[in-house]
Amino acid sequence: MNARDSGSPVAQRTPRISAVNDFVVKFANVNGSGSASANELFARSILRMGVPVSPRNIFPSNIQGLPTWYEVRVTEHGHLGRRGGVDLMVAMNPQTWEKDIAEIEPGGYLMYDSTKPIAGGKLRADINLVGVPLTEIAASKYSDAKERQLLKNIMYVGVLTGLLGIEPEVIAQLLGEQYKGKDRLIKPNLDAFMTGLHHARERLEDAMELRVERRDAVGDRIFIEGNAAAALGCVYGGATVCAWYPITPSSSLAEAFQKYCSKYRVDKATGTNKFAIVQAEDELASIGIVIGAAWNGARAFTATSGPGISLMSEFIGLAYFAEIPAVIIDVQRGGPSTGMPTRTQQSDLIACAYASHGDTKHVLLFPEDPYECFEFAAAALDLAERLQTPIFLMTDLDIGMNHRLSAPLTWDESRRYDRGKVMSEADLESGRDFGRYLDGDGDGVPWRTLPGTHATRGAYFTRGTTKDAYARYSEAGPDYIYNMERLLKKFETASKLVPQPVLAAAAQKTSYGVIYFGSTAPSMNEALGRLQQQGVHLDRLRVRAFPFASSVKKFITDHEAVFVVEQNRDGQLRSMLINELGIDPARLVAVLHYDGTPITARFIVKAIGARAHGANVLPIKADKAA
Amino acid sequence: MTYLVKPKLRHPTLPANSLGYTRRDYEGKISTLCAGCGHDAISAAIVQACWELAIEPHRVAKLSGIGCSSKTPDYFLGASHGFNSVHGRMPSVLTGANLANRDLIYLGVSGDGDSASIGLGQFAHLIRRGVNMTYVVENNGVYGLTKGQFSATADRGSKAKRGAVNRDSPIDMVAIALQLGVTYVARSFSGDKDQLVPLIKGALSHRGSALIDVLSPCVAFNNHPGSTKSYDYVREHNDAVNRLDFMPFRKAIEADYEPGEVIEITQHDGSRLRLRKLTDGYDAGDRLAAISHIHVHQARGEIVTGLLYIDPAADDLHEHLATVSTPLNKLTEAELCPGAAALDIINAEMR
Repeated sequence: MNARDSGSPVAQRTPRISAVNDFVVKFANVNGSGSASANELFARSILRMGVPVSPRNIFPSNIQGLPTWYEVRVTEHGHLGRRGGVDLMVAMNPQTWEKDIAEIEPGGYLMYDSTKPIAGGKLRADINLVGVPLTEIAASKYSDAKERQLLKNIMYVGVLTGLLGIEPEVIAQLLGEQYKGKDRLIKPNLDAFMTGLHHARERLEDAMELRVERRDAVGDRIFIEGNAAAALGCVYGGATVCAWYPITPSSSLAEAFQKYCSKYRVDKATGTNKFAIVQAEDELASIGIVIGAAWNGARAFTATSGPGISLMSEFIGLAYFAEIPAVIIDVQRGGPSTGMPTRTQQSDLIACAYASHGDTKHVLLFPEDPYECFEFAAAALDLAERLQTPIFLMTDLDIGMNHRLSAPLTWDESRRYDRGKVMSEADLESGRDFGRYLDGDGDGVPWRTLPGTHATRGAYFTRGTTKDAYARYSEAGPDYIYNMERLLKKFETASKLVPQPVLAAAAQKTSYGVIYFGSTAPSMNEALGRLQQQGVHLDRLRVRAFPFASSVKKFITDHEAVFVVEQNRDGQLRSMLINELGIDPARLVAVLHYDGTPITARFIVKAIGARAHGANVLPIKADKAA
Repeated sequence: MTYLVKPKLRHPTLPANSLGYTRRDYEGKISTLCAGCGHDAISAAIVQACWELAIEPHRVAKLSGIGCSSKTPDYFLGASHGFNSVHGRMPSVLTGANLANRDLIYLGVSGDGDSASIGLGQFAHLIRRGVNMTYVVENNGVYGLTKGQFSATADRGSKAKRGAVNRDSPIDMVAIALQLGVTYVARSFSGDKDQLVPLIKGALSHRGSALIDVLSPCVAFNNHPGSTKSYDYVREHNDAVNRLDFMPFRKAIEADYEPGEVIEITQHDGSRLRLRKLTDGYDAGDRLAAISHIHVHQARGEIVTGLLYIDPAADDLHEHLATVSTPLNKLTEAELCPGAAALDIINAEMR
């Protein structure tokens, strides 16, 4: 827990938050002002000192001019969820001044540009001011306006380095790495950094009681965005065709795929590409290209977000019914409609699980972090071919577009791609019975053939209309029922092949549980620890896929009540649990966070804590600190 | 009906091509379209073209969207894989298929509703990208399966079977394709097998996107006075680039005449058809002239048929993307997966 005190009781003195390696710094900037790289430099420097950080971009749907924030949680204990609240606000945007100040915790700090005096009456008495005349210093040092702006950002990193006790050598090293090959940029950046550092050391001694101290708490973990990790999963998983349409927050996934393919998928001898990436004209074309490629035996995927899913829905139904592999990565954002394009949510579950008209059900995977983005992306490519159906990788903006400390990515060299049931020319030549939609193996998954395999055998006509087990057009009821029932059987098969849920028992025996998934995980880990300290014990289950494994139903029925924590308004996972597992709705208590910000441990503790008392989860008296 | 078994009787003297296949080897299931439908004649022309080119049937992938025209891939090339996808979206599915395996021959069959109405965007972007394929539009200006609504190629002023008059401007697929950089484009008439078969052969042999807009009058909904896609209208207004045949309800009439010659043919119903071969001076290598030629004749109420433009040196999407010569779907795990050692380096860069 946080080591905090309320400052000295001397009346005149504003209380000061005092913390080592456990606080939140938030940068308020103007979008497009070049602050992003300076802020990231700050976060990385702390990481290099062996102290975990969890940064988050809070940005507008805009290129230049609107407010943007970068929040860094410094967390020696490795709490990677968003904490909520701000201990140090670096307020560099006059537009959001009042809102930013209001967010600071009592006893927290406001670092601001003191070149111009701030108007009175707009400040709180319970926060500590740290004024730095950044504009003035920059103006005296640089004549070029662009240089002034960019180097002012580095300058405040220098000030923070001094204030927080970050090791300057670490920053110097990072600048060297950042500008490798562009050496002439290192010196001006370093100069600006040192200017800020000296200012802090000379003028701001003891201005702050937040400290960063070197630890060895990062280990071998890597600092990576979920979108980059998912893209790498697609490279490692053998995807050769990627079709996409730009949409926040998924665009950087396709771009990362391009980047890694350019590095790892170019044939050295000929300079030609072992991949094809098409930026399509819309999401309809993206998924059409994926389906065409996968029908023809290439591993293919698309990356999109909610509005793209809506557009793809007709094609998703085709892939379901005609049984064509497809991997769709949905980096979820706030809906409905255009919604909150730069905010995070888990609100596409039902749209994806039952996408398209008619009776459909789709396989969804829920990674919790970049490590699982990588693992599940590669797994999705296997599952798509094994099951011959669309597989959705359900990430979100919080995982996708933020650097997250994550276990290093691993690849087992003995692992082999599962290409599923594809009949070869030899199979066909041997006279094996080929019924494209025939359940020959009893698992609901039929065999397929690829175009061009055999001169006279194995050709069939793929269609979205009804057909018999041999792919012949048929509107006969029994043929239709056979097919639809087989698809259900296939879905049952899927429940055994998808990543299984992660269960953990509470420290004490309890009849209450909690179910959560995806990007809620880090905040949930932290929240459960705090709830336990309050005497609230919950068994936990992290759902990692839909269809649900049988252990999910058992977990629910083994408990009197189960909290279902998710980041949407309607309790979509809860609805699916009720719908698919026949659960009594009264057993499932919805805990919902959907304002577009990542869910916090504070929120979970408060929400579950409040309900826990009513539900008698709590065997002992409540802790008011909740 | 497609579930009827087609008799496999073969005349022993059916000629075989250089691969030993007869035309029957290129046929598909029995058509379910209306008797006399122009689309069936186009299917027959595709069969003939593939047989003459001695293409191995299984090396063709035939794809379509939704509609009467899009049903036809089931009625030819029975030994080929087919894909009847979703309405207006054949181009994207075909693009993906083509990316996966560049070694197959891709044939897309679509209609005017499928490609000019709901699918205009995908049509345009496929042409832009230069996907290596043959794109046959079976164009009748009407929605057949939903019983007679206008499509986007219906001429302004034409009258639907139920009397509604179209007030919207028509889309000219050929002119649009030329604007978008198509490298092989032709217009023909479903009944004109002598013209159509060579055009299809040329398209199948072309590298890049090859479009053939085939006027194919709908016998059920668009063959009535007032319709500008009717048999009668086409008979009166056809200005053939090289040759025009006409496929009436029951039996095709053949026309055999020399370049520059004008002949008049009396149809089964007594109507007359004037056929004109384009002058030898027509240059199919001039994109701008082709656009102009179409518009000049359009202003006269004439339909120009024949090969309007070709760029024999065209490249295709695979060239643009610099993909390997091995089809992507044949690449092995060893060729695709960078391996654990590379991942260690990637991890190190992320610290």
